[in-house]
Amino acid sequence: MAAGERSTKRKKILNDILVNGSLLIIVLIWTIPTLGLLVSSFRTRTDISTSGWWTIFPHKEWVLVKEMEVPEGLDRKGVMTIEGATGTFKEFRAGIETPDGRRVAWVGNRRLGKIQIQANEWTTRTDFTLKNYKDVMTGKQYEVRQPNGSVRIEQGDNMAGAFLNSLTVTIPATVIPILIAAFAAYGFAWMRFPGRKPMFILVVALLVVPLQVALVPILTDYVKLDLNGTFLAVWLAHTGFGLPLATYLLFNYISSLPRDLLESAFIDGASHFTIFLRLILPLSMPALASFSIFQFLWVWNDYLVALVFIGSKPDVQVLTMRLAEIVGSRGNDWHLLTAGAFVSMVLPLLVFFSLQRFFVRGLLAGSVKG
Amino acid sequence: MSSTTDAKSGSILSWLTGTIGQIVISLFVPVVTFIVLWQGFIFLRDSEAPKVIIALVAILWGVGGVALLYIVTNWLVEKLPPAWTRRLQPFLFVGPAVAILAWFLAIPALRTFWFSLHNANSTEFVGLQNYIAVFTQRTMLLAFRNNFLWIAFGATLSVVLGLLIAVLADRSKFETIAKSLIFMPMAISMVGAGVIWNFIYEVKDKADPQIGLLNAIWVALGNEPQAWTSLIQPWNNFFLIIIVIWLQTGFAMVLFSAAIKGIPSELMEAARVDGASEVQIFFRIMVPYISGTIITVSTTVVIFTLKIFDVVWVMTGGQFGTQVIATQFFREYFTNRNFGYGSTIAIVLLIAVIPVMIYNLKQFNEREAF
Repeated sequence: MAAGERSTKRKKILNDILVNGSLLIIVLIWTIPTLGLLVSSFRTRTDISTSGWWTIFPHKEWVLVKEMEVPEGLDRKGVMTIEGATGTFKEFRAGIETPDGRRVAWVGNRRLGKIQIQANEWTTRTDFTLKNYKDVMTGKQYEVRQPNGSVRIEQGDNMAGAFLNSLTVTIPATVIPILIAAFAAYGFAWMRFPGRKPMFILVVALLVVPLQVALVPILTDYVKLDLNGTFLAVWLAHTGFGLPLATYLLFNYISSLPRDLLESAFIDGASHFTIFLRLILPLSMPALASFSIFQFLWVWNDYLVALVFIGSKPDVQVLTMRLAEIVGSRGNDWHLLTAGAFVSMVLPLLVFFSLQRFFVRGLLAGSVKG
Repeated sequence: MSSTTDAKSGSILSWLTGTIGQIVISLFVPVVTFIVLWQGFIFLRDSEAPKVIIALVAILWGVGGVALLYIVTNWLVEKLPPAWTRRLQPFLFVGPAVAILAWFLAIPALRTFWFSLHNANSTEFVGLQNYIAVFTQRTMLLAFRNNFLWIAFGATLSVVLGLLIAVLADRSKFETIAKSLIFMPMAISMVGAGVIWNFIYEVKDKADPQIGLLNAIWVALGNEPQAWTSLIQPWNNFFLIIIVIWLQTGFAMVLFSAAIKGIPSELMEAARVDGASEVQIFFRIMVPYISGTIITVSTTVVIFTLKIFDVVWVMTGGQFGTQVIATQFFREYFTNRNFGYGSTIAIVLLIAVIPVMIYNLKQFNEREAF
């Protein structure tokens, strides 16, 4: 009996290790990409482009011990012996290891080079800086010191401006559809009027319509109304595209509120409008919160709608567009890209981690459709 | 006698002035509202004020404006005779939502369909010619194939991995933190995700140290560095698909996790007592029990994958044989200015989701919400 108990106990421990171990591996795979980006955004420009971000962890690397002039009187075109290493210029350029575990390397060209003595040691590259963020946030020009000592002027990417634009787009584009959807959800749930069912069927049918279908006609309307490139245009578009889900979710919630509650309010002589404002809106806070997080993340992270409706106006560009532009124009400037990407991710990640519970609730409510 | 007529004429007079006054006010308030909103719009469109001020005004104007419109209209409606109030008020509640849905989704779908039957600049009716072209041209066929790959691998793996992780997490002590970290990519924009993964796929010359994680591992294993997203067609598609699996597995996991928690524990215990293995429990009890959620999650993920645009656009611009339906739509419409052909591609996307739409409507009807 005791042996059997012990064996089931051992089995349980083994099971635990297996479950937690595989979970740990999956979590690592899922987080390392973002972690690498975060770490890199704080590394210096040269460090990023010459070594992987994982070199901030202890690793073995050839470290400079001493640098010296090339000794006089060597045949630079033939075989040379320097510091106990023998080889041609080409071999020295690649670095020659000596028997005592050091490496002799030729830095620079054949005529003017120097000799470096390197040792293979444990080291970390932890030269961190905030300069990337400064450069990417500003809209002004700034100076870059090149490796050869010259100075180049570069245009800042104005992420700060884009951040502001993203806020200006996102806040109304979150609040407006929720307000309109809440009104509609209440109307569908608690009011009787001709055309109620067909109108609601329209909402349900539009839940899955791809927004690509709508972009072109709306763009023609906007051009006619001279709305293109304004915040209003983007708000309206996000409102239109977010409304079906918002109305549907809020309808599910509002229609399940107890009927007695509304009836007693009616008997007290309240109108639909006061009931909606005083009773329904406060009661629906959980549903409103879930959907607003959903819509906030959606709008903040949107690229296509912004690209189509404000694409031509650089001063109203949102973060995703600015970031995509840096990817396109300077895709190898990783010091800018990593910092820029993080600037664009910081707010949604904050919202996500602090309000995750509401967000999950919203997702669940949405998936229990039908 | 005379005093009563006096009183009567007085009351008529006061009734008259009262009504006129009310009408004047009723007209005055909406006009003032309208002027305020219009001035706000002009300010936003033409102002050169500092960005922060514009952003603040825009947010106030957008959010406040919508609330104001509802309040003023409702105030007007409630001034009408009660019968009219009752008749009109529902339309105040649902009207704006339905109107915006009609303007931004329903009618555009019809207009896009109309465009799709016309030539490149919508001057000539061409019938089904665009549709024939869409289903015969090589670039489009390749896009269809890629979309198929996206769904067959991206959507399927997201769902399977999501289910697997949900089951694993359910048995772990670290459930909350593990789920939270795997869910995190949901908060990251696809453009941001593009940057993150571009960094992982980054390729450097053979002689230089690799700064992309994948190539660093690949080279350490003794291989040549690879340009993962461009050169090795058609396998480069899979490196883009990985990004979306990374993004949406968390979504599937959260929904499955909630569903698994809903399985009665007696059911599982009974199966365990009867000697069922964990694998049997998974396939015989869990999967059938949460089949509803599996269907919902799968359709959501499939629709999302079908419309995939941002990731491909940012990573490769749809080049190197990675184009999908949505990127072809964007290229044809906005780059090549072929309105008819672009619209046709959008309609093809719409047709692809119609089965889901019908399913949703059927579910809705069966539930008899009204």
